[in-house]
Amino acid sequence: MAQLKVGARLRSAVCATEVIVVAAPAGDVDISCGGVPMLGAGEEAPNGATLDSSGEPTLLGKRYTNAAGDLELLCTKAGDGSLSLGGERLVTKDAKPLPSSD
Amino acid sequence: MNTMMLLEMAESGFGSRVAVQNGPDRLTYSELFGAASAAAGKLRASNAQKMAVLDVNSLAVPIGLFASGCAGIPFVPLNYRLTGDELERLIARIAPCYLVAEPERVSGLADLPGTTVVSREEFVASARSAGPDSAEWPMDAEDIAVLLFTSGTTGEPKAAVLRHRHLVSYIFGSVEFGSADETDAALVSVPPYHVAGVASILSSVYAGRRIVQLPAFSPGEWIDLARSERITNAMVVPTMLVRIIDALDGTGSTALADLRALSYGGARMPLPVIEKAMTLMPNTGFTNAYGLTETSSTITVLSPDDHRAAAASDDWTVRRRLGSVGRALPSIEVEIRDEDGTVLGPGERGEIFVRGEQISGEYLGAGSRIGADGWFQTRDGGWLDADGYLFIEGRIDDVIVRGGENISPGEVEEVILEDEAVADCAVVGVPDEQWGEAIVAVVVVHEGRTVTPEEIQERVRQRLRSSRMPARVEFRDELPYNETGKLLRRKVRADLVAGAGFAAASAAGGVAGAR
Repeated sequence: MAQLKVGARLRSAVCATEVIVVAAPAGDVDISCGGVPMLGAGEEAPNGATLDSSGEPTLLGKRYTNAAGDLELLCTKAGDGSLSLGGERLVTKDAKPLPSSD
Repeated sequence: MNTMMLLEMAESGFGSRVAVQNGPDRLTYSELFGAASAAAGKLRASNAQKMAVLDVNSLAVPIGLFASGCAGIPFVPLNYRLTGDELERLIARIAPCYLVAEPERVSGLADLPGTTVVSREEFVASARSAGPDSAEWPMDAEDIAVLLFTSGTTGEPKAAVLRHRHLVSYIFGSVEFGSADETDAALVSVPPYHVAGVASILSSVYAGRRIVQLPAFSPGEWIDLARSERITNAMVVPTMLVRIIDALDGTGSTALADLRALSYGGARMPLPVIEKAMTLMPNTGFTNAYGLTETSSTITVLSPDDHRAAAASDDWTVRRRLGSVGRALPSIEVEIRDEDGTVLGPGERGEIFVRGEQISGEYLGAGSRIGADGWFQTRDGGWLDADGYLFIEGRIDDVIVRGGENISPGEVEEVILEDEAVADCAVVGVPDEQWGEAIVAVVVVHEGRTVTPEEIQERVRQRLRSSRMPARVEFRDELPYNETGKLLRRKVRADLVAGAGFAAASAAGGVAGAR
């Protein structure tokens, strides 16, 4: 459990998944991947953690959000685990295409 | 966050696609990633604290941009139009640095203290042939990614600071990963030392769009390349678009069949130019982008749909949006404030403030100009309409204060430009004993046409009000512009005050650049 900072990088404790926080709700939040809390910079995976592979694997470059819409994670490395926030499974967010400007 | 992470994602998502192409030379995303990693090894070994490039658009630019990020040092693209003395002073400010230069400039720069000078060819060849260094990079998002020297009209250039978190936030906020089709290709003709040049590399890499580099802009080459490389996307400054339109119009053949998206920015786009462009290229979607160096490129866009809706509308409140810079990106907030800091409502003119993760607002040695509330004061004047479309009225510093009344030069210029005899116009304030400042209009007349000072004064008096009427109208052959096509009002004013004309100092609608 920790306060999430926009721009922070989290990595899965049990698969190759890495994400960047694009938007975060205020207060402490519990982000998991593959059923195990994700790790921040310098944090080590707990002993004996195993991947819960029941959900969809993460996809490179996809944005993940919660139902409330106040959390957004961007997947920078794909992996086998699926993302969740305090037990709520995160879903991919549909891209609203912007015209390319440069 | 690090810009190299964006390239790594592209490499693992679509490594075999062509990332960048210059003439017959091309690099796939995997090759670009490998070359950037290898070049980063060279940078680390050199102990340089900055990497600079003094080059037109070449493969050295994207390799250097990502290699600098990977090595954890700032990337500093230098303006190749600067004179030897100006360059030497800038290079002295960024030493110790690793400088990649056009081959013909290497010998002239070889003896600068603290500078390792390498030719573009040598840098690219060595990066391509070396096995990739271990591709690890610092993840401190506060590290400086890019330093851009902005061309001040007075004094030494200032270095705008863009940190990795600004540039990566800009990309995350404005581009969808891998959203380009495999056949998409972006024609890049803005110079690498402009924020749009840097942004075009990052946006295209993250979208998976092939970059086709045009080393130096000419309308003929731009059109030829657009056709032969089946270009789908391009970005130009208004002066470039004018020349492209003239060239297209002259040939009678206007088709750029593959060009789906043409964006423009960097200076005010005259309405007749964009209207003509839309007529000549009916299948192309136009996007107007507004941004500053300190905002990591684009912060508002007028989309292709906005262009079409405005052009087709009989409602003048919709129609006039063709002259706006559109609406804020979803990741950006825009506010208009008055001099006391009060937030203004729709239709009220004031200063533009912006907020968002991509905003740096920082110059080297001067700290960030972002306020405690997170808002950045752009020094641009403007107003929002009821639906959030932003209209720009030029730099706040150019505002004329006449008898306590603030007058935006852009508002007066627009009215004067409606006269069909008028080709170009600059409105400035000069010191005046009675009013504090007096309005002077400097006008360029179309060849073979005439207009009197009285006619211009009368037009302004009728359309606006008498306090907006120029006290004096002067005629000139041309107005001074910087190379991105921005009118240098400060120079117009200085020359008027000095009583001098506008001699050859004018860059007369320079051909390259943006923002």
